[in-house]
Amino acid sequence: MKEFILIFKNTHTVGFKPSPEQMEERMNWLAGIAAQNKLADKGNTLSPVNAKIVKAVNAATDGPYTEIKEYISGYMIVKTGTIDEAVEFAKANPILKNGGCIEIREVITLN
Amino acid sequence: MTMKTSLSNDTLSHLFRLEYAKMTAVLCHYFGLKYMEIAEDIASETFLKASENWAVNGIPENPTAWLYKVAKNKTKDYFKHLAIFENKIKEAIRPEEIEEEKSFDFTQKIIADSQLAMIFSVCNPSNAIEVQICLALQILCGFSVEEISNAFLTKKETIKKRLFRGKANMRNDNFQIKTLYESEIHSRLEAVLKTLYLLFNEGYFSQSNDYLIRKDLCSEATRLAFILTENPLTNITQTNALLALFCYQSSRINARIDDEGEAILFEQQDKSVWDRQLIEKGNYYLVNACTGNEVSKYHLEAGIAYWHTTPTDKNKWNHILQLYNKLVLIEYSPVTALNRTFALAKVYGNKQGIEEAEKLGLADNNYYYSLLGYLYKDIDIQKAISHYKTALIQTKSKAEKSVLTRQIRRLTGIEESCPIFQFDDYDEVRELHHGILCESKSR
Repeated sequence: MKEFILIFKNTHTVGFKPSPEQMEERMNWLAGIAAQNKLADKGNTLSPVNAKIVKAVNAATDGPYTEIKEYISGYMIVKTGTIDEAVEFAKANPILKNGGCIEIREVITLN
Repeated sequence: MTMKTSLSNDTLSHLFRLEYAKMTAVLCHYFGLKYMEIAEDIASETFLKASENWAVNGIPENPTAWLYKVAKNKTKDYFKHLAIFENKIKEAIRPEEIEEEKSFDFTQKIIADSQLAMIFSVCNPSNAIEVQICLALQILCGFSVEEISNAFLTKKETIKKRLFRGKANMRNDNFQIKTLYESEIHSRLEAVLKTLYLLFNEGYFSQSNDYLIRKDLCSEATRLAFILTENPLTNITQTNALLALFCYQSSRINARIDDEGEAILFEQQDKSVWDRQLIEKGNYYLVNACTGNEVSKYHLEAGIAYWHTTPTDKNKWNHILQLYNKLVLIEYSPVTALNRTFALAKVYGNKQGIEEAEKLGLADNNYYYSLLGYLYKDIDIQKAISHYKTALIQTKSKAEKSVLTRQIRRLTGIEESCPIFQFDDYDEVRELHHGILCESKSR
């Protein structure tokens, strides 16, 4: 089993709150993965507001989320045999209905 | 060491069992765990005397008081005996904690404190969980080795070995039964709750046909959980959630088995037999459990049990599904996964249920096939039959076999009037949980 991180990218305006139905839909999706015993880490939501970016030249700036199209809204980690299986999970995530997208990367553990 | 009685009266044996457990706890409280045998011997002798005496003279007016009086005298005798040999063997056997026998008594407070301390000393992390449960049954609930072995369909020898090993560990443990320290409560409470949870489940889901013993396991687990809610140190929200779960489950206990001891599935249960008082109690403890922000697996299971005891609400199954969603995120288990899928099918239909079920990867699980059989029965009858047949081959439970056989006969048209098999009480599914104490799985 390999671990893949699913990085959720949203295009909502800051302050967007999902409806109870949308939350349930997401919960069903997440628990569906857990029910297959393929959830490695249910991850977290990342604040789009309390955010800074640090670069070498300038001092820390506020997150640039109003300027770019999408921002990272959260992540989670699945354990599957192949990246394709992780892709199948991602395809069913309701975020895709709302213009968001999901980036999938294999988690590489350094020894 | 175990209590034996020739009196077959149920009430009497129940009284013996309960009082034996209380007495042992109080005596251990005084003697210390190192000298558990002395405590057990005194308790056993007391009950032996009672059964002999009562058989001839009849049951005294206040049997409990009679028992405690005898135990007290026996303890005094023990000290007299001790005094005689004091010079020779005092150092070797005199319990350190006992100063004088005058302090020895059976008051309600001492009984309650002793039993609470005993619960915590039994749930000793150095003992495997099945050992803890056997100890709990013998020491806390006064079950005989035979009763324990009947309840778990396990050989008496195995149970004896477990008890022997467990008691050795208890004696060597530095657990201070005299004063229960807060730090010890905190470090062991989780194990205590888990032991009670498993104790209850063994009663509720066990394959043993001894219905009375199964019921006793449930009521004992409930009694012990109740003791925990009586002490401020152990009366946390998880304890209340656990007790709420026990109350809800117990409310259906008389509706689950018919006169011949056959299981009655959820949908066929006579709901008027459900114990309303226990449901009310469940509600009370569930409200207590929800005073904090904590959501443990006991909270979620109590929540599910609540919805099962609640008259049809149009969103009932969605509530149950959402609780199962949370439960499977806290702790994966095949049973939770299957039950969640069942709830999902109830909300979104059997077709979607099948899609989800087939992803579960539980091909070695007979309940997986029972679930698929159920979900397919209105969609593809041949597939339903074939899944039920696979389940039938895989299951070892007699009750399950008979339910599946009836179901197959019904689907093939051989039998028309048999009740519709509903896979929908999560209780029934969780029979799978059964067996952590069964011999085949013992270490």
